[in-house]
Amino acid sequence: MSPRGAELPSPPRGASTPPEASATALQTRGAVAFLTPSLLLIGVFLVFPALWTLYLGITDYRLTGIQAAQPQVIGLDNYTSALGDPAFANSLWVTLLYVLGSAVVGQLGLGFALAWTFRRWRGPARNALEVLVITAWIIPSSVVAFLWIAFLDTHNGTLNAALGNADIPWLFSWPLLSIVVFNTWRGTAFSMLLCGGALNTLPPSHLETARLAGASSWQQLRDIVLPSIRGHILTNLLLISLWTFNDFTPYLITAGGPNFATDTLPVYIFRNALINFQLGYGAAISAILLVINLVIALVYLRLLRARS
Amino acid sequence: MDRDHPTPTPGPSRGPSESALQVRRLLSRIGFYLFIVIVGAYFALPMLWLVFAPFDAHPTLAAAAPSAFTLGNFSDLLKNPNALRSLANSVVLAGATMVLVVAAAAPAAYALSRVRIPGRDLLLYVLLLFSSVVTGTAAMVPLFLLVFDLGLINTHVGVILVLAGGLMPAGIFILKDFVDSMPKSYEESARVFGASSFQILRDIVLPYARPGLAVIAVWVVVNVWSNFLIPFILIRDPGLMPAAVVVYNFYTEGGQADLRLLSSFGLLYSIPVVVMYLFVNRRYGFRFYGGIKG
Amino acid sequence: MNANRRLVRMTALLATAALVVTACSGSSSSPSASAPASSAGGNQPSSSPSGQPSSSPAGAPITLTIAANAVVGGKSDQEAAWITNYVIPTFEKQMAAQGENVTVKFNGTGVADEQYKAQLALDLKSGSGADVFDMDGIWIGEFAQANYIKPLNQILPAADSWDGWSQITPAVQANLSYQGQRYGISSGTDGRFLYFNKDVFAKAGLPADWAPTSWQDILTAAQAIKSKVPGVTPLQIDAGTAMGEATTAQGFLPLLVGTGVKLYDESTQKWQGNTTQIQDVLNFYKQVYTTGLGDPQIQLAAKGRDQSFLEFSQLKIGILAEGDYMWRGVINPTGGVNPMQNRSTEVGWTLMPAKTAGSGVNGQGFVSISGGGGRVLNPNTKNPKEAWALLSFMASKDAVLQYTNGQPQITQRNDVNSQILSSDPVLTFVATKVLPLTVYRPGFAVYPQVSQALQLASQEVFNGKSVSDAATEYNNTLVKLVGADHVASGG
Repeated sequence: MSPRGAELPSPPRGASTPPEASATALQTRGAVAFLTPSLLLIGVFLVFPALWTLYLGITDYRLTGIQAAQPQVIGLDNYTSALGDPAFANSLWVTLLYVLGSAVVGQLGLGFALAWTFRRWRGPARNALEVLVITAWIIPSSVVAFLWIAFLDTHNGTLNAALGNADIPWLFSWPLLSIVVFNTWRGTAFSMLLCGGALNTLPPSHLETARLAGASSWQQLRDIVLPSIRGHILTNLLLISLWTFNDFTPYLITAGGPNFATDTLPVYIFRNALINFQLGYGAAISAILLVINLVIALVYLRLLRARS
Repeated sequence: MDRDHPTPTPGPSRGPSESALQVRRLLSRIGFYLFIVIVGAYFALPMLWLVFAPFDAHPTLAAAAPSAFTLGNFSDLLKNPNALRSLANSVVLAGATMVLVVAAAAPAAYALSRVRIPGRDLLLYVLLLFSSVVTGTAAMVPLFLLVFDLGLINTHVGVILVLAGGLMPAGIFILKDFVDSMPKSYEESARVFGASSFQILRDIVLPYARPGLAVIAVWVVVNVWSNFLIPFILIRDPGLMPAAVVVYNFYTEGGQADLRLLSSFGLLYSIPVVVMYLFVNRRYGFRFYGGIKG
Repeated sequence: MNANRRLVRMTALLATAALVVTACSGSSSSPSASAPASSAGGNQPSSSPSGQPSSSPAGAPITLTIAANAVVGGKSDQEAAWITNYVIPTFEKQMAAQGENVTVKFNGTGVADEQYKAQLALDLKSGSGADVFDMDGIWIGEFAQANYIKPLNQILPAADSWDGWSQITPAVQANLSYQGQRYGISSGTDGRFLYFNKDVFAKAGLPADWAPTSWQDILTAAQAIKSKVPGVTPLQIDAGTAMGEATTAQGFLPLLVGTGVKLYDESTQKWQGNTTQIQDVLNFYKQVYTTGLGDPQIQLAAKGRDQSFLEFSQLKIGILAEGDYMWRGVINPTGGVNPMQNRSTEVGWTLMPAKTAGSGVNGQGFVSISGGGGRVLNPNTKNPKEAWALLSFMASKDAVLQYTNGQPQITQRNDVNSQILSSDPVLTFVATKVLPLTVYRPGFAVYPQVSQALQLASQEVFNGKSVSDAATEYNNTLVKLVGADHVASGG
């Protein structure tokens, strides 16, 4: 370890710091101390129950019934049941569409657009809009379901009333679209906050220089902003995709229907496993979900890291 | 450039490029306002039900101006002795979990950002995936038995620890990005003056990452506020239940929703979090560009 | 790289240490023989091992806990208020008069039934839980199979000599029994029948004292409403997966027993698979929902059952198959969710007919399905004598009378019923005409999954599937659930 002191020149920004210098910046002991509280919490309350749950996936464990008193290890039976079920494939497809539409395009797109618009806008209108967006995120799921059932009702719904007393059966004819629009409404706030925070780490001087040099808003966005906050966008995408994949709220609005048109994977798990407390089966499907999400994350990483 | 047709200089002349620019500006202005109005309506309209139904003596599943305006739903709500207490419980759970997560995630994010552990990102993402398993119903028995063996059933502490554990990976994940973008020269300068790791964390990293801290603070509070499953399986005393569980009280024995109580409770339930957000916004701000303090 | 390697090693060590510590403390996952303190509902941490004898020494303070899915000012408020305001003070006084120092606590949760069931199962699995708790009759089987609950006379032999048993009909007692053993005391029951709207009937030229004796009678009346009263849904009989157990209990099973068979036959130990009777029911559903006699959209909506209640109260549905809960809790002018001020003149009620006269189970011309719950004694209780005293007190004549609080309803006790039901025509109707012909659902762990398969079949027939395809698919699911030897098919 090199001695600390003024003899060491500052490494140029952006270059990878030689290991000795990073150890200088953060001593091992310090790093361990910093990591301990979270590791403890994560180890005890996250990893341990998660591994236990995944283990349940190879048993026929149920909360009640004989299998509660005497669970048997049944190997991969749960997995083959789930993967062989045509409803599972339908569910996977519906979920992918749901995630693509409401998270990737909807929440991230609208969230970023709002964060970008809010950057230099002040005033009561802006505050009101911000509060509206946040409130949509905050209202509890059980209440939100009623809000949207009321909004999309065929005969008395607010949307149909706003469209001039139309009688469009949104939840029956366009159920997937309805829940995509719903989830965009629901979760945009998080992307807005995260992108907003990310945009605020940009030195304003960069953008000022670009603006003075004649770059349009669009060019600033494309050439300076997006590349700089690419890491944040990737994080955001990973998180909201994962959360949307596991989102159970559509069930409260459409109960997975009509005819399984909105039967996303969490609804599928609920209907096939959890409603009867077949926890072993439910754990197995959760494990499959986990693998799918891992694959999606790798796809994102490839897409976003490759461009450099 | 043609000698006979010099480039018009910017000025009061009404050349074609100037008015084209003005038209473009006008269009983009109109576009901007249109965008705001549409987005505003998109977010506001569905909330009408929550504005009307609590004050309607006979609310239905449709949003309509109250046929019989009343404040009686709220007084009926208060007949449930836990209605208000549950909101206080929610505040306790949300606040404590937020403090715990922020206090543990900030140093962890800093450590992970600065130290190169092989497979660090992948490990963090795997932890993230685990957290999605553990927040689902499938994990209810392991969680219950774990907390039971620790003797923390029916306590707020048990719930807070479980929730914090589940939210930690995502919190670290988000915060790490903010710390990553902090230039290392800041720390190095501080080192030169003999600052310890802890001082660097406190005086340089935290202020720089403030927008990130604010984001995860709000996110934790919103998550804990609406979390039903964990408090439900770990708490038995009705006086300790948070609002996310108590909201289900307002269904009838036949499983029908009592919209009068549900909507009024829903309104009361949503307000504190909005207030919290406004408070965090005003005081800590999501719009803070961190610079080096003197 | 040294510093980093060291860091990695120490981190891994720390994490492993955390896991090992947790794993060691988490090893006791089987229900323990020792019972923790019975006041598991209070704020005290649980899990105190003990090998104590069955009752605390006389004179020592005892705390008992009651658990129910009821809250004051919310779900099942009537029960919660009764427990808080009557049961607890009265019982504590009674015990004090006998020289016993007993405090009773009430843990009321107000959530969906399945969630309450999960909470109960978790508590019982860990050997804790309230001393006396509510259970739905249909859960008894699966809880008993999981060894969560035990027969009453195994916890306390004296339970069999309670004088209240003579006031509860055997059929109602059976609701809280499994394999012939009583696990608790029933709290009441219900019945299902047909409601109809007299206004709508008048407009359709149908009699106000309508009394169908076959399925065809129902269909004919519905067709009359369809042609003469536009804008009104003629018939609503629950169907589809969105309505959950309501479909099976209010729709499928009443129709099925009207064809002469029960879903599960105890004598042959077989479930109804792809039989002509099942196909008959599916044909009925198909006819109703594909020829405009019913509204398929309500069956597919997330809150469809709530919507059906609303529409009936707004005179937009002609005939509705429901339980007495509809009368007591929905269209009740005092406190109902969709009150109808003139329900006694506007609403008619009649027995649910079998498919044809005499084709019902046991040769009946009319049928019904009943459910209901009761209170069970916790096998882990530290004070069985006192806990049983509390349980039997809650089912005593005075207590049950207090519970009804002037609101007519069908209780578990015949003496109370004969006293309070005279003022309400519908409930008298249920107690005297419906209950004698009713059938209960099979209380096995696998029942909810069978029920789901039935719900799915009922939905598929009006979404394009043929009856024989839907029945075959149902049969295949059933075979997977219970094994081919327990499925009757070809009927």
